[in-house]
Amino acid sequence: MTSPASTDLAPPQLSAGPRPAQGPAADEGLARRLRALACTAPLHDLDARKANLAGEYSVYAMAEVALAAIDLVTLNMDFDTGADSEQIIARLLPRVAAQAPERPAAEHERVARWVLENLINVGSVDRGFRAVYGTFGTDGVYTRRDYDFKLIEEVPGYGGGIYLRTTDEAVNVLVGALDTDVTSAQIAAEVKLEVLISRGRLADAQLAAEQARYRTVQYAETLRKTLEATRRNVRAVDWLQTVPDMIAEALDHVADRYRHENAILTNIRKARDEAEAATDAKTAEHKRRAAELVDIVKDCIRRHTQLQSRLLEAGPLFRAEQDRQAFAAPTSYTGLDLYGQLVAPLLPLPVEQATKVTDAFFAHGTGLRTPASVRVGDLVDLLLTPPVERQHLGAEMPEPDLIATPDDSRFSEEQLAAAMELLDLEHDAPRRLSGLLAEARRGGDPDLAYLVTLLAVHAASPPVGTAYRQGEERLLFAVDDGTPLDDPEFGGADLIVGTALLDAQGMAADRTEAS
Amino acid sequence: MSEHHVEHTDAWSEPEAPRAAAPTALTPADAADAARLVSFGLQPKLLPARDAEYAELLRRYREDPGFARLADAVATGLGLVVLEVSPRAGMAVTAGEDSVFAVRMGDYARRASTDSADRFLHGLAHLAVAAMAFPRPEDLADDGYIGRLTVNGVDAFVRQACRRLEERAEEQGENTDPETDAPGLEAAWRIYARRSATGATKDARRLAGSTTGIVGKAVAFLTDSGFLQRTGDESGGSYRTTARYQLQVRDMAGSAALAELLELGVVPVSDGSATLLPPPEGDDLEIAADAGLPFHA
Repeated sequence: MTSPASTDLAPPQLSAGPRPAQGPAADEGLARRLRALACTAPLHDLDARKANLAGEYSVYAMAEVALAAIDLVTLNMDFDTGADSEQIIARLLPRVAAQAPERPAAEHERVARWVLENLINVGSVDRGFRAVYGTFGTDGVYTRRDYDFKLIEEVPGYGGGIYLRTTDEAVNVLVGALDTDVTSAQIAAEVKLEVLISRGRLADAQLAAEQARYRTVQYAETLRKTLEATRRNVRAVDWLQTVPDMIAEALDHVADRYRHENAILTNIRKARDEAEAATDAKTAEHKRRAAELVDIVKDCIRRHTQLQSRLLEAGPLFRAEQDRQAFAAPTSYTGLDLYGQLVAPLLPLPVEQATKVTDAFFAHGTGLRTPASVRVGDLVDLLLTPPVERQHLGAEMPEPDLIATPDDSRFSEEQLAAAMELLDLEHDAPRRLSGLLAEARRGGDPDLAYLVTLLAVHAASPPVGTAYRQGEERLLFAVDDGTPLDDPEFGGADLIVGTALLDAQGMAADRTEAS
Repeated sequence: MSEHHVEHTDAWSEPEAPRAAAPTALTPADAADAARLVSFGLQPKLLPARDAEYAELLRRYREDPGFARLADAVATGLGLVVLEVSPRAGMAVTAGEDSVFAVRMGDYARRASTDSADRFLHGLAHLAVAAMAFPRPEDLADDGYIGRLTVNGVDAFVRQACRRLEERAEEQGENTDPETDAPGLEAAWRIYARRSATGATKDARRLAGSTTGIVGKAVAFLTDSGFLQRTGDESGGSYRTTARYQLQVRDMAGSAALAELLELGVVPVSDGSATLLPPPEGDDLEIAADAGLPFHA
């Protein structure tokens, strides 16, 4: 957008000799800076407008949230789609919450949404921003111009989803100084990273790694653009030389980067593991940073791998297209080149003229519609027909025909409750099964003793795993110590039945750590 | 085209007519059949292969010049233009300029009659759909060609063209920002580039004012006209072309738009080489400063 070379293109009569007034050349730089300035305006605007929101929102630093949002979208922009807006909101929340911890979570989410929607500028038809600035032309006439830009744009993804992407303007606002060759900038960043790590300066290393990732994202985008464009017409690309060269070069590049980043990864891992040995706070911080760095570099590698698979698909795609396009029998006459002779010449025209052409195409290219004609007789019926109720709920569900199943349980709920009460033992006072049976029989219910016995036998193999997963605090268990059971109804061992207390909190902590 | 067609039949029926002395006199029943054939033609989604009566009338049109002239006359009288009469396309008729059958922009999209930008975008969407459906001149000329397109693909390809114009303008150091008070003078590509590609809506439908919304409306309309057939849901909806669409674009829309362009003093010359080019050679791997702009498939 802001090309530094453009000042060289000033008319020679203006660059030679003294100038009475500042000419277009100087104005050009001014216009560029005005545009750059305009890109930051929506961010300032957020803080200016937060006072107008219903509620007390001045505690929130909106510009900070906005920059964080742009950051998140840029980092989550994928090769294929973009960042998912719900994910961005979710990741923004901790920052918003930190700004006003005492406020309810719903308000935090509202703030995050408000910022994101304003960065898209949902209210406007273009979903973008416009700034007005003025310049002097070569003839000295002052003209006002509109500068349209977007910060975050919505793009269609697979399956009809909508994803967010940051625009160049936003990236410029965010990282700045992008008027450089990305390839070399990436190499520079990586070299810098290696040096930084070898000197143990991990804080700077992380910054450099993040910058490298910005470049990587950009790099992937550009290559995809190239591949996409070559798909359309085989003759439009030099498949003999340029494209294979390009693909080979790109593959080399990926291999090179891959090697490089793996080397970095090994280095950082070493740094991380060395830091692990030490225990003081400063090295712990180093360790954390190194771990973050590992994640970033892994992400870079993942993006490169993705890119590589795309590159490998290019060859078969070209051969298939060539079969389809080049080897077909030539037709007797050539048709109109719709793109070359209509679309391409049309787009640079002023919109007023271009509309004449598109109108002509529309009028002749849409086919026909049979006009609806109405008879008076039908009209009366039509007007008297009550409007059809819109079905919001869908078709009515038929009333299910329920058949009561007979209750064939061996024991009733009351019996179960009584048995559980009997077995609700103090954790330090286990009891013999014979004692429990005697107590159960005292109630006069002969079935209760059966139920108690069943539960006790079941407790001989307590469901420890389930209790652990569900975080239960107590667990019934039964142990056989060899004493035989002397009972008129039951035989076997006189089990010792008891309750074990479980460390529920400790188990919960273990679970989260494990997952 | 109808004139052409009528002349055509004239050309080889006239020398014959006096000698053969009008072999069969046409009766009102023939006129009814001719009108019936035209009415079949007015149902663009109806395929001759699926309707025995339609197929029979088509056969008669092709074998009986007198009947063919009658059917042409009926069509012309109704304000229709006959593009082709064949088993593959059926009785391909389209609306003449001021015919009651013609589609008007104001009826097509309400905003288009008040907003010049929307009017342009709707027209451009139709043009871009055609250009994407027939990317090479050979494709448009080849009767057997079936074009395939997706909504997002059309949007992406127009955006790419706009992008290239923006880059070119930047190379030349032009300031393409439009003057504030003269909206008609703004370059056409800027209108498209400025409009968002998509947008989230409350009811999860396509944002009507976005460019994919506008392209989506165009393809849905063309599907209703029997020009496209929906084949899937990927990339915003995928479609393939019908024989009728090719005829419509080749014989009607393309030439009309080209004539309008010539009227404006723009003479696009084609030397037969490919025009849908990838980004300029040489900088395939060079990263431009603002290459971060996503280009979505």
